[in-house]
Amino acid sequence: MAHRVKLRHRALAASSAGIGLTLLLTSCGNGISGQGDDKPIVGLVTKTDDNPFYVKMREGAQKKARELGVDLRTFAGKGQADNDSQVKAIENLVAAGAKGILITPADSGAIIPAIDRARKAGVMVIALDSPTEPASAVDATFATDNRLAGRMIGTWAKGQMAGKRPRIALLDLSSEQVKVDILRNQGFLEGFGIDVRDPKRIGDERDSRIVGREVTGANEEGGRDAMEKLLQKNGSINLVYTINEPAAAGAYQAIKAAGKQKDITIVSIDGGCPGVKNVASGAIGATSMQFPVKMAAEGVAAAAAHAKDGDKPAASSEQGFTNTGVSLITDTPVSGLESKKSDWGLRHCWG
Amino acid sequence: MAHDTVPQHAADPPITRPEQRGPLARGQAALHTKPLLGPLVVLLLASLFFSVWVGSRFSDPLNISLIVQQVQIIGMVGIAQTLIVLTAGIDLSVGAITVLASVVMGKAAVDHGLPVPLALMLGVVIGGVCGGLNGMLVTRFRIPPFIATLGTLSVFSALTLFYSRSETIRAQDVPPLLSWPGRSIDVLGTDVTYSSLLMIGAFAAVAYLLRGTAWGAHLHAVGDNREGARLSGIRTGRVLLSVYVVAGLICGLAAWFLIGRIGSVSPQAGENLNLQSITAVVIGGTSLFGGRGHVLGTLLGSLIVGVFSSGLALSGVDALWQVFTVGVLVIVAVAADQWIRKVAA
Repeated sequence: MAHRVKLRHRALAASSAGIGLTLLLTSCGNGISGQGDDKPIVGLVTKTDDNPFYVKMREGAQKKARELGVDLRTFAGKGQADNDSQVKAIENLVAAGAKGILITPADSGAIIPAIDRARKAGVMVIALDSPTEPASAVDATFATDNRLAGRMIGTWAKGQMAGKRPRIALLDLSSEQVKVDILRNQGFLEGFGIDVRDPKRIGDERDSRIVGREVTGANEEGGRDAMEKLLQKNGSINLVYTINEPAAAGAYQAIKAAGKQKDITIVSIDGGCPGVKNVASGAIGATSMQFPVKMAAEGVAAAAAHAKDGDKPAASSEQGFTNTGVSLITDTPVSGLESKKSDWGLRHCWG
Repeated sequence: MAHDTVPQHAADPPITRPEQRGPLARGQAALHTKPLLGPLVVLLLASLFFSVWVGSRFSDPLNISLIVQQVQIIGMVGIAQTLIVLTAGIDLSVGAITVLASVVMGKAAVDHGLPVPLALMLGVVIGGVCGGLNGMLVTRFRIPPFIATLGTLSVFSALTLFYSRSETIRAQDVPPLLSWPGRSIDVLGTDVTYSSLLMIGAFAAVAYLLRGTAWGAHLHAVGDNREGARLSGIRTGRVLLSVYVVAGLICGLAAWFLIGRIGSVSPQAGENLNLQSITAVVIGGTSLFGGRGHVLGTLLGSLIVGVFSSGLALSGVDALWQVFTVGVLVIVAVAADQWIRKVAA
């Protein structure tokens, strides 16, 4: 009996220590944002907080928020497709009296009812990175044109492969037909001059130049596994499209292990600093750089302006969103295609 | 066989002699006494099937070497998971420990300039410390392993992201010793990586620890019947704690293999390792209810997953069918476990 009582004391001590620690940590969090002052609240809701793309986006937003005297509150989902956490984040921000919400929608359709409720409550909502469906569900969209990003590396690859018979391997994100996966993959194929058939589906193409397709989970390990399988299947592969630079880095490991680094060209998308360094060292032939920090900074500025005098950003461009730009980074330019060298890339890369 | 060292349930009724029953019952009895038989048969049949279906591209030595390389991380983490499952626990944090340890190794060597062997050891020790924390939560605070490691999974993942700022250390910046396990030597005309050999060594070592030492016997006893083990004088808390520490250290080693395999140090690597390791353990025939199973079964289990994944990919089947097949394998494995258990009932 005494043994049990002792245990209970210990458990009690442990849990109260835990609760104390949590309180301490949360109060630190509040301390930064400074409770009680009347700075306008702006929320940033990203898909995850482990992807460097969103980490840099958050850092860019925080910097801008400090500059403009805005109280930035950040939230993140638990995965590329976690809609629930994003809905909760929006609800919490509306309850907290936020003036503006910036969101990178995990599910561009399922998030709409939550956004509608927020806008009805008078909150301005801006989509970052990927558009909502329909795009008119938000007040503005600051995003990268992922299809264009894909088209740029596709066009570059076509110029690079001139005179050779292309044997293309596609390293995608997942089998789930995720929007960004579709846009990048189909953009690349269009740029290369391949008939994509259904533009909303990956993998339905019937072009003999495509010799294989695998999914990577957009990380190094997946990239390596997938590339190994594809090389096993067809050793004559000479062009590899990758969903992002971590997958490209993994694929390069497999290609190097097979001793084929001289024969295979890799193209990718992102513009992260490790990826740009891989362009400089020749592991990646070309990458399309995107600008998450710029996206976030512009979003925070728009929300701050809205809080001050009710302004809303004008919907620009025929695509229905404000394009924050994409640049092709390569050290072997193809004539007739605008590109930047890797040293420029290193000055502008993120993460 | 060495199986005899496993303490039997005190309440087990005498088993009917197999030769007095039908062929099905005899098979059931054989699977009961030899836990490795089931997964071994599945592995051989699957390999045979794909050799016929896909052809020589599947069965050539290069592909076999690749399959082993592709399962080595799951295999190593699977060893740690097997130890925990044998004590009737489960560890949801093995993947998170592995990634944390790899980030510590990479950051210590590349960013803080620590000598590489020291950075390597630091990473492995961090793995052990994380395992020890899990062990403390389970033994001292009596938190069920599922809950304790569900909590530490988030804690370790968050620490990894804080510490690394989610940034990847590029392959070109990683010192050679850290990526050494990924280098290969020529064995009978095919490339075999050091980590593949080390993984097989690790399986052999842990198999010996489990079957040939008092520690292994105590571990099985605790998993089979904790109260019974305590009454027979085994210091169950201490045994459990040591199991979690050893599992953590093995995850620390797996971290080194992970760096060798993917070249770079990425805080986002290995996010599926927890479930994959449990999958390998279950398909390998170790019972989730504790006490029964074999660490070498986990090696077979991860190879089975590797064979299916490679075979289906080479035959050009959509990647979703790989996911589907692994799911079916898990269900079949657990159903088989339940059926085999009936032999004692």
